Amino acid sequence: MGMTMAEKVLARAAARQRVSPGDFVTAHVDLVMSNDAQFPGSYKALDDIGLKRVFDPEKIVVVIDHWVPATSPAIAEMHTLMRQQVKELGIRHFYDVGVGIEHNVVPEKGHALPGDLIVGSDSHSTTYGALGAASTGIGLTETAYAMVTGQLWFQVPPTIRFELEGTLARGVTPKDLMLALLGRFGTQVAQYKAVEFAGPAADSMSIEGRLTMSNIGSEMGAKFAFFAADAKTLAYLRPRTDRPVQVFGPDADAGYEAVHRIDCSAIEPQVALPHQPDNVKPVSELGEIWIQQAFVGSCTNARAGDLERVAAILKGRKVAPGTRLLVIPASHEVMVEATRNGSLAVLVEAGAMIATPGCGPCGGGSTGVLGPGENGIASTNRNFKGRMGSAESFVYLASPETVAASAIEGRITDPRKYM
Amino acid sequence: MDGKSGMSLVIKGKVWKFGDDINTDYMAPGFAKSQPWELARKSILHIHPGFTEGFAAGDVIVAGENFGCGSSREAAPANLKRLQVGCVVAESFGRIFLRSSVAIAFPVLICRGVSRAFEEGDELELNYEASLVRNLTRGTELNGTPLPAELVRIVAAGGMMQLLKQEAGAAR
Repeated sequence: MGMTMAEKVLARAAARQRVSPGDFVTAHVDLVMSNDAQFPGSYKALDDIGLKRVFDPEKIVVVIDHWVPATSPAIAEMHTLMRQQVKELGIRHFYDVGVGIEHNVVPEKGHALPGDLIVGSDSHSTTYGALGAASTGIGLTETAYAMVTGQLWFQVPPTIRFELEGTLARGVTPKDLMLALLGRFGTQVAQYKAVEFAGPAADSMSIEGRLTMSNIGSEMGAKFAFFAADAKTLAYLRPRTDRPVQVFGPDADAGYEAVHRIDCSAIEPQVALPHQPDNVKPVSELGEIWIQQAFVGSCTNARAGDLERVAAILKGRKVAPGTRLLVIPASHEVMVEATRNGSLAVLVEAGAMIATPGCGPCGGGSTGVLGPGENGIASTNRNFKGRMGSAESFVYLASPETVAASAIEGRITDPRKYM
Repeated sequence: MDGKSGMSLVIKGKVWKFGDDINTDYMAPGFAKSQPWELARKSILHIHPGFTEGFAAGDVIVAGENFGCGSSREAAPANLKRLQVGCVVAESFGRIFLRSSVAIAFPVLICRGVSRAFEEGDELELNYEASLVRNLTRGTELNGTPLPAELVRIVAAGGMMQLLKQEAGAAR
C-alpha cells in the first residue's frame, strides 16, 4: 500500500522507508515559525537553560503580527526586545511590524514548499498545507526545542480525505465550503488526524482559496490540512523561492481512515453562529441579526482576491449608518496590490476603516475589538466567547463577501443579492 | 509536584467537571493578557460558574472531548499549572494543548468514559505512570490511554527544556 501526504513527509523527515499511522518518530523540521505572541516566551525558555543558539538560522522565520502597530508601551518594549533577540540568535528571516500576518507572509516569501515539514507557534500553521507542506501548530516550549535541535516528536496521523465534487455556485466561496464541512462534521472530525482536500473543486480552486481552507483546517482539529501541490502551486511558488519546487501528492493507493464525498454545488453561503465554529447555518436560514461591526481580515480571508471581491460588492455603495466596517489587509504585499488595482479606494469611499496589516481584533489583541453586547460579523476563523474582545460580545463567521453585504445593510445579509 | 526533578506519580484531588470543546481562549483569554496574575487568574475557566471562587490548589479537572482546542497559546496549560490544577483527565484533548502539557510537564491523560465516571466534587486519584484513574468517592476505576514512553521520559525529566539542558550537558 502507498502512503498519504502526511506519511510521505514524516517518513522522509524521519529518514525511514515508510511510516504508518500510530508510529512514533523523531523528525527533522524544514522550518520553525514564530511570532510576537510566542517568540518572547521561547527566547526566555532558551535563556533560562543557557542555550541561546539555533540549529539553522535560514530555517527560522519570526513575524511581528499579533499586536501591530504596538498597542501599549509594554507591547512596544516587547517588540524592541524581540528585534534584539532575533539579531542575537542570528535568525535571517525576520518580518517586522507591518509586513503582514505570519500565515500570509510565510507563503508569500516562499518559506513553505511542497513536502516540507513545518512547525509554527500558532494553531493556524496548518495554512501551508495549501501548498503541499506538512505544517502544524505547537506551543512556545516546543518551538524553543525545535529552534535549537531542528527536531521534534511526531505521531504519524491517520488521514481523512475530502473528495470535493462539483463546482461551487456563484457567490459561494471556499470559506463557505469549509464552514459547511464544519457544520456537518464538527470540530473533532480531524482530531489527531491529517486531512487531504482533493477532487475537481480542489483542483480548480485558487491558491488563495486553498490557503483559506487549510487555515480553518485547524478548527476541524486537523494536524495537517493538505492540498496536493500541482501546476498552480508551482506557478505561485517559483517566483518566490530559489529552492527547487516539485509537484507533490499522495500515492494513488494510499490508505485513508475515511473518504468523504462532498457535493460542492449544493452549498450556499454559510455563517457560524456564536460561540463555536461548527455552529453553522446557511445565511438564508438566519433571522434578522443586526451587527455593529463587520471585519474583513485575519489569516483566513484578507488576501488580494478577497479584497477585490469585497470591493466589487461595495462599489458605489455605503456602509450602513451605525455600522463599522474594518478592513485589515493580510500583508503589505496584499495592501500594495489592493492599492494598485483600486480595491482600497472603493473600500475607503464606501466608508471602510483600513488598518495596518496584522491580526487585528481576531484574537482580541489589537485594533477594533468588540464591546459588551455587540454583534460582529468577521471573515476570521474563530468565534469563541470573548475571542474578539468582551466576553459579552458575539462573533459570527462568514466569507468576506457576506461580511461586505452585511456591512451595507447593518445586518447579516446574503451576499448574492449584491453580485 | 516538583517542577525541577519531574513530578509525583500519584495525584489526588477534588474534581471540577467541564464539557466538550473547552478552548484555550477560556484558559488564557486575550483580554487578560496584560493583566497582573491576581486579576488574570480570575478569568481562567471563568465559563464554569463557581470555579473562580471555589477552586483550591490541588483540585483536578475532568473534561469531555477536545479539551484545550483552538489557539496554540501555551499560557493555557501554563496557567492551569500555575493555578496548581493537579491534573486534567479528559475524553480527548486539542492536540497542541496535549503537546504543550507534555512539554511543560503538566500531567494530562486521555481516558475514555471519564466524564461519565465522575460527578463534580468527587475525589479523583490519578496514577500517572500506570495511566490508572480512580474515583475514590465511588470506588470505581478506569484505564486511560498510556502515553508513549518517549513522552513519559519528557514529563519525568520535568519538561522539554529540562531534557534539552540534560542532553546539552551530556554532549559537552
